[in-house]
Amino acid sequence: MIAIIDYGVGNLFSLKSSFAKIGYDVIVTDDEQIIKNADKVILPGVGAFGDAIDKLRKSGLDKLVIELAKAGKPIMGICLGMQLLFDKSYEYGEYDGLGLIKGNVVSMKERVSSSLKIPHIGWNPLKIQKDSPLFKYIKNGDCVYFVHSFCATDCEESVLAVSEYGIDVTAVVAKDNVFGCQFHPEKSGNVGLSILKAFCELETF
Amino acid sequence: MITKRIIPCLDVKDGRVVKGVNFQGLNDVSSPIELGKFYSDAGADELVFYDITASSDGRKLFTDILCEVARNVFIPLTVGGGINTVADFERVLKCGADKVSVNSGAIKNPDLISEAAKKYGDQCVVISCDVKRVGDQFRVFAKGGREDTGIEAISWIKNCVDSGAGEVVVNSIDTDGVKKGFDIPLLKKVCENVNVPVIASGGAGNIQHFIDLFKAIPDIDAGLAASIFHFGEVKIEDLKKQLSKENILVRL
Repeated sequence: MIAIIDYGVGNLFSLKSSFAKIGYDVIVTDDEQIIKNADKVILPGVGAFGDAIDKLRKSGLDKLVIELAKAGKPIMGICLGMQLLFDKSYEYGEYDGLGLIKGNVVSMKERVSSSLKIPHIGWNPLKIQKDSPLFKYIKNGDCVYFVHSFCATDCEESVLAVSEYGIDVTAVVAKDNVFGCQFHPEKSGNVGLSILKAFCELETF
Repeated sequence: MITKRIIPCLDVKDGRVVKGVNFQGLNDVSSPIELGKFYSDAGADELVFYDITASSDGRKLFTDILCEVARNVFIPLTVGGGINTVADFERVLKCGADKVSVNSGAIKNPDLISEAAKKYGDQCVVISCDVKRVGDQFRVFAKGGREDTGIEAISWIKNCVDSGAGEVVVNSIDTDGVKKGFDIPLLKKVCENVNVPVIASGGAGNIQHFIDLFKAIPDIDAGLAASIFHFGEVKIEDLKKQLSKENILVRL
């Protein structure tokens, strides 16, 4: 069973459908016990960092995510969910993240040339930096779908893949059993579904 | 870098795709669900579903079918047609749409864009504009291109982007249906004036027209078409291979 954590941000319809498509039982839930018993956990997220981390903390699920991460359960943060895994975000203020992966989330606008359009929206090829079981079914240069204005930095040691958009944009990160995708695998066609499938096939402790 | 997008547009009326679609191997050539899957598998980068239903029954049916499409399609979905209120945004986003395209709704209620952008983010709001030359001016047309609003198009589009539209679809009435290529002068002018993705619509008749578009306007983000894809005159796979050969970056 895959548990998608429901803490009141965003629409989880497509994410849920994508796990169903690749043949996995999936549940969207805020129930601690169900999340604890799940084989894998997905931390989704859209919107603004400050609002999302507030909601996650209010639900009390932030502690559970940290506890499960430390216990070795495979966890994947998607889009803003990935950004929440880092130490800090500077999106309209300064916020502490979950601190599961070393690094910070910063505005792309300040880092890329003003001729580039922000948000970074569209299909962009992945440049794989480090091999990972997550890439079992995909290859370097496969395209994935991004929609974001902020990106993770100072996280070199956990970067598995980047995409080029004026700068090398952090696309996939991992630290031990904790993974993150900046793009939307549930909107990235077969490549995205293949990444989710590889995640589902990871060994569960 | 970001790839150029190829986007088929499907007009849906009373739950069926209209304008006839001619594909081999599809059981039901007017089922939005089957066509959605077909295009997704064929390499489309995004799908636009346009609700041209007039009745509220038809609208309900469209919404139900959209959920079914979204359950089966794992590429971005844009929905347009009949979007007049923030509640309409909510209705289609709940079904799995990623972006919502506003046309007449923004002409009737200019605050719609800013209200929706505030609630769902700029990336979610697409302004779709039907443009036609009147004298030496580009004008916004309403009611499916039948009515001259008198509004100058370039400043209108700029205002919409300033209000929070995160993407612009420019449909040239002058080139639409003629199949002689996209409206390069109009599209160039729009690209020079906004800093959000611009999608070209109206006039594509063959693969060369897409090559001409992306070469003439490197800033343009996507090409949208309907009948040439539906009737198989241009196959998306062939189109993308040709674009790639011309050194235009696409997702293969």
